[in-house]
Amino acid sequence: MNIKEWIFTTDHKRVGILYLIGSMAAFAVAGVMAMMMRIELSSLGPTITANPTTYNVWLYSHGAIMILAFQIPALTGFFANFCIPLMIGAKDVAFPRVNALSVWLFYVGVILALLTFFVPDPPDVMWTGYPPYSTITTGNTAFYTFTVLILGFASIIGGVNFLTTVVYMRAPGMGWTKLNIFVWCTLGAFVLQLIFVPVLGTAVTLISLDKYLGTHFFDPTNGGDVLTYQNLFWFYSHPAVYVIFLPFFGVLFEIVATFARNRVFNYKMVVFGGIFGIVALAGVVWVHHLYVSGMADWLRIGMMVTTLMISVPVGLMLIGLVGTLYKGSISFETPMLYASGVMFLFLIGGLTGIPLAVPSLTVHLARTYYVVGHFHYVMAVAGTFSIFAGVYYWFPKFTGRMYNEFWGKLGFWITFVGTNMVFWTMMDIGVQGMPRRYYDYAQFPQFVSAHQFMTLGSIILGIGFVIAVVNWIVGAIRGPKAGDNPWGSHSLEWTTVSPPPHGNWPSPPSVAENWTPYGYDKP
Amino acid sequence: MRNLKKLGAAVAGCLISASTAFAEGYPVAAGSGAPPAVRDPAAGWDHLWREVIIDITIIGVVFALITAWLLWRYRHRPGNETGHAPKLSAAAAVAWVVIPTFVFLADDLYIAANGWHLWNVYREVPADRLEISLETGMYSFDYTYPNGLRTQNELKVPAGKPVLLRMTSRDTLHNHFIPDFRVKEDSMPGRITYLWFLPKEAGKQHVVSCAAYCGVMHSYMASKIVVLSPEDYKAWYDKEGAKLNEMKSAAEQTKAMPAKKS
Ligand code: HEM
Ligand SMILES: [Cu+2]
Ligand SMILES: [Cu+2]
Repeated sequence: MNIKEWIFTTDHKRVGILYLIGSMAAFAVAGVMAMMMRIELSSLGPTITANPTTYNVWLYSHGAIMILAFQIPALTGFFANFCIPLMIGAKDVAFPRVNALSVWLFYVGVILALLTFFVPDPPDVMWTGYPPYSTITTGNTAFYTFTVLILGFASIIGGVNFLTTVVYMRAPGMGWTKLNIFVWCTLGAFVLQLIFVPVLGTAVTLISLDKYLGTHFFDPTNGGDVLTYQNLFWFYSHPAVYVIFLPFFGVLFEIVATFARNRVFNYKMVVFGGIFGIVALAGVVWVHHLYVSGMADWLRIGMMVTTLMISVPVGLMLIGLVGTLYKGSISFETPMLYASGVMFLFLIGGLTGIPLAVPSLTVHLARTYYVVGHFHYVMAVAGTFSIFAGVYYWFPKFTGRMYNEFWGKLGFWITFVGTNMVFWTMMDIGVQGMPRRYYDYAQFPQFVSAHQFMTLGSIILGIGFVIAVVNWIVGAIRGPKAGDNPWGSHSLEWTTVSPPPHGNWPSPPSVAENWTPYGYDKP
Repeated sequence: MRNLKKLGAAVAGCLISASTAFAEGYPVAAGSGAPPAVRDPAAGWDHLWREVIIDITIIGVVFALITAWLLWRYRHRPGNETGHAPKLSAAAAVAWVVIPTFVFLADDLYIAANGWHLWNVYREVPADRLEISLETGMYSFDYTYPNGLRTQNELKVPAGKPVLLRMTSRDTLHNHFIPDFRVKEDSMPGRITYLWFLPKEAGKQHVVSCAAYCGVMHSYMASKIVVLSPEDYKAWYDKEGAKLNEMKSAAEQTKAMPAKKS
């Protein structure tokens, strides 16, 4: 194995693994930032830094990196790259060299994001970058703009690549209703990326034009409007939630079907009701992020209704997932343990979003720790658990070796305890009025003990994540050989050797008339 | 077929009960007893919050119990080596889409109707009110009373009278968040936004905290609302107003004097 081969690789599996390494490094850095914030908040007044800007920079980098450099690349970079060609029976993606460009652009974006910690006056604009603050701060907003632009561009060219691949390169006999749910989910996510990322690109470019070149797009004293940015930003960033949600639910479907040795419940409902419904609604709900931003009243009420309607496709997908257990034969290896955990914890994340759809409730809840708790249940818990579940699940395939089952399960339980300690408490103090993005909380001394409890919880969950990552590294180096199909899955990616060679199969596979990736009842 | 009819009736029932929410009333503030009684948004908030929490708790518990039961019931056991779920008939497959969709939509509509109702309480300001204009800036809340009196980071109000804040900002986004009154709204340059609340108990103080990230001192940007009895408030307001007038006329006199050039 030499370095040069990896740098110049155009093999989708290696590109995927590069995405995995980069996004996990980003996760580690942003996780350390989370720990720093939690420690800072463990007492009233200054704890480990006396400068609020330092905290704000941690928070900026934590939010931006977790979303843009960890979750989206792990899901639409690693899983999509590694799994999609294997699942549809293709030798590689449609444009392998474009794929290599995408991953290296992603690395440039990650490096740019990490430079935050080395440049003087790092950006302190939060991952949302709202003007006027982002145009008047002494922080370097340009780093924010270029990080977003480059990571967004990497993702867009990935999207073009995967849409083409799935449309044109499916194995003979692989009809649209025989695709893995994960493939459908990823298609949905990439359609959203292609439509909406350009809007985000526009928004963040305009703030840098305002700040550095003296334009006035968001400056009301010269005919601009501050609310325009917020609309453009959330017009992308709400769909971005589904760019994360769809693939991680796809991963869950693969895992649950395999470990229940069962068909996916009501496949067409999941695809045409769930995934299509989410893609259709994704672009018409963004004002729920602007309920206390002075938007027109009719828009706030209108988008309350569309936002509540999201519960329909999401509910259908959840029914599909839970229904997959029915009359199955379920075993609980580590990937399934994580997936089962998500089936419960996602309920908390999803249902606590319902009050946030109602403007007359968000007048109190918006901008508090209730929101922070809610979206961490969705992303930091359900999303991250699914990513970990997926890495454990395909681990034998992409390394050819097995991780340690005991440490895998132990890591899960520790993380499970820690996340609930942190994020449940966040929602609790949020309802009582604790505002978010606070370096200090002198007005709310009653929350000191809750903050200390969360700091303890974050240390526990951090230990759980470290156990998982160490388990992977050790397993990849000297785990026992895993075999080609250790889970007994029917899906196509398990029919080749582990790890799959360049080109994936010695001769291109084709699938039989009555084959589906979930046909466990057929011999 | 009979089952379908029953289902139709159940769905219609849900929709009807949802629509009645439009007509439902909200608790009325005790206030100072001044008629006509004022609808209190904060009390409405607590009421709707309870309703929605009960709603989502029921959904969550039902889903969680079903999931837990399925996980346990169909665990891997000898003799149960692969799944053997029967294939769904076309009718069942469609029913599994249509029925949940209607159930979810009915619940959504119910919540939306209640939410809209309360929203109107939040946005329709009673006519008999105290109107304050608020300008925010890094890092203070600057209030101006109708008589021109100004205060910073403290707002004295009489109990029982609705208070309307008309807000704008001189630099960046800020947000006047009063947790006790369950209300917040952004202030921003170039636009005027508003919120109102109903202070009830004289002698109480309520925390105000900035809830829109506004830079280095964001977490220290705070204010308080001091509720006085109507009499105390009037005494304070008149006294301060008189002082203000004295100052104003003094200032005018100075202006009227011939300016000395140096
Ligand atoms: C691993 C454990 C994690 C802990 C302990 C943690 C903790 C925190 C804390 C303390 C805040 C700051 C709240 C504030 O001051 O307002 C925060 C904000 C945030 N976190 Fe996490 N977090 C974790 C994981 C994640 C993950 C996995 C994501 C993935 C998407 C994430 C996304 C965010 C975002 C988007 C923000 C908001 C940033 C902003 O306000 O601009 N976090 N987190
Ligand atoms: Cu959203
Ligand atoms: Cu602020």
